[in-house]
Amino acid sequence: MTGRLALILRRVVQAIPILLAIVIINFLLLKLAPGDAADVLAGEAGSATPEYMAELRAKFGLDQPVPLQLAQYVGRVLMLDFGYSFRHEMPVIDLILARLGPTLILMVTTIVIAVGSGVLLGLLAATGLNTWRDNLISILALVSYATPLFWVGLMLIVVFSINLGWFPTSGMEEVAAFHTGWDRVWDIAHHLVLPAVTLSLFYLALYTRLMRASMLEQAGMDYVVTARAKGLSERRITFRHVLRNALLPVVTMAGVQVSSLIGGSVIVETVFGWPGLGQLAFESLFARDLNLLMGIFLLSAMLVLVVNLAVDILYTFLDPRIEAR
Amino acid sequence: MNELSETLPQGAAPGRLARLARLWRLFARNRAALFGLAILAGVVALAAIAPVLYPESPFSLAGRPMSPPFGDWLFGTDTLGRDVMAGIAHGARTSLMIGLVATLVAVVFGTTMGALAGYYGGWIDDLLMRITEVFQTIPSFVFAILLVAIMSPSIQSIVIAIAVVSWPALARLVRGEFLSLRNREFVQANVLMGMPDWKIILVQILPNALSPIIVAGSLMVATAILIESGLSFLGLGDPNVMSWGFQVGAGRTVLRRAWWICTFPGFAILLTVLAINLVGEGLNDALNPRLREGKA
Repeated sequence: MTGRLALILRRVVQAIPILLAIVIINFLLLKLAPGDAADVLAGEAGSATPEYMAELRAKFGLDQPVPLQLAQYVGRVLMLDFGYSFRHEMPVIDLILARLGPTLILMVTTIVIAVGSGVLLGLLAATGLNTWRDNLISILALVSYATPLFWVGLMLIVVFSINLGWFPTSGMEEVAAFHTGWDRVWDIAHHLVLPAVTLSLFYLALYTRLMRASMLEQAGMDYVVTARAKGLSERRITFRHVLRNALLPVVTMAGVQVSSLIGGSVIVETVFGWPGLGQLAFESLFARDLNLLMGIFLLSAMLVLVVNLAVDILYTFLDPRIEAR
Repeated sequence: MNELSETLPQGAAPGRLARLARLWRLFARNRAALFGLAILAGVVALAAIAPVLYPESPFSLAGRPMSPPFGDWLFGTDTLGRDVMAGIAHGARTSLMIGLVATLVAVVFGTTMGALAGYYGGWIDDLLMRITEVFQTIPSFVFAILLVAIMSPSIQSIVIAIAVVSWPALARLVRGEFLSLRNREFVQANVLMGMPDWKIILVQILPNALSPIIVAGSLMVATAILIESGLSFLGLGDPNVMSWGFQVGAGRTVLRRAWWICTFPGFAILLTVLAINLVGEGLNDALNPRLREGKA
């Protein structure tokens, strides 16, 4: 138990410089961008005298030396103060938190679908090695790995929303219907199907290939030979021995992929009008709201760090051998 | 290599041409890879003859807006009456060019980082790998969006953004190769002979690490094309250059009335990326024969 605690602590300590580096990169990008906060505010107001601009810069601390500005910026970000969105006239963090919920719903559903069916398909492919089943699954994985997410989304809308009318084209719920309780849950789930399936496809391909490779690798291990020598049935070897060990890399991958899942959700939320962080990022692009875009970027980077940490901790429970190292 | 007395096979060492021919035979054994190569050749040909087939700018108006496909225009026209097929032909140039250049930049930078880290080890390795780790943690597509938004959309900014988010994986790969090659006898012999470090890295180690770099690079081109199409779909493409992602993004609002505007350019992306992935895997099989047993 102490070993596990020490490991978790070590991982937390390792994450801190990475977080700091990301905040610094963000600060540098902010400096790189044309115009500063005072320019933006003056632009919003229409016009401003040079005296007023200087006053504004002093107010924001923009007249301070850059290292001091950096220190202040890091301090603010660590207090989750991501600045102010002049477009929405709200602190960035409030805007982000309001949109975080829908994105998390979409991402968690996607991970469950992608990992669940990826593991199943990989298992099917590996147990029927080089049969038509294996080939079909491999081809499907290859194709969905190469398909742009936005295109899959649009094609699903054409088929299932426009032609068949099974699912709504956009949004998260029927706002005008004022559903409550389980009706509302059902309504959201109905809206969730197409976006979640779209976002899952790419990762489904990834997990399928990974699971297949992992199963094949484990099947060649000595313990499988031992199990077979003991006279265990193939079914029991596959499910009780190989499957459990083959799942480990898939869990790691699920953590690593959260980073690209966030990128994918920008696209999918834009296509389906899902009111989450991704759509907020898209809106901020058009409104030229850089503060907001940077806030979303920072929060998503933090999210990746947290998920990686969680996966590391989960891993120590799944594979007790980790502690020994 | 280990037995000096061993007699060489008949004739001289195989020449460059013979080695290429052998590589081609290995590659051609993989039918999926050949299929990919054929598609890719088609896309490259389309890109090459686009200015001949469609000498007009792909942004110019060709006819009635939203004409259905397979009539006067192969793939119909879009909301403003631009020929969709002309856009696909010119978009092929954009996609291939950005995919290649961005990958090249990422490969050069990633290889340099990985080579330095793997060759020198110690604090240089620690520092460079820490930097790599930071860039691997950052959500890459969101980072690319941010970079293009800050630099304002253009071919250069898109290439830079894609390269910035793609190099870390390659740096790790190259570092691993260099770590394992660093202590081999032929490298140690050159160190003893007093060969300068840069020469050992470039002339001795790098050629031996080239096959995995080529394979990873070819797969990176596919990813780069996907990122580019995503960026231009969101409206972050170069406004002066036609691209597949832009076409899909522009047709999105009229999906209900004109499905073809989104469908065909998107299918072009799918085909191209699929072809490059297949070729990359074929290259992998041909260049790293040892790995093949595991896959069978």
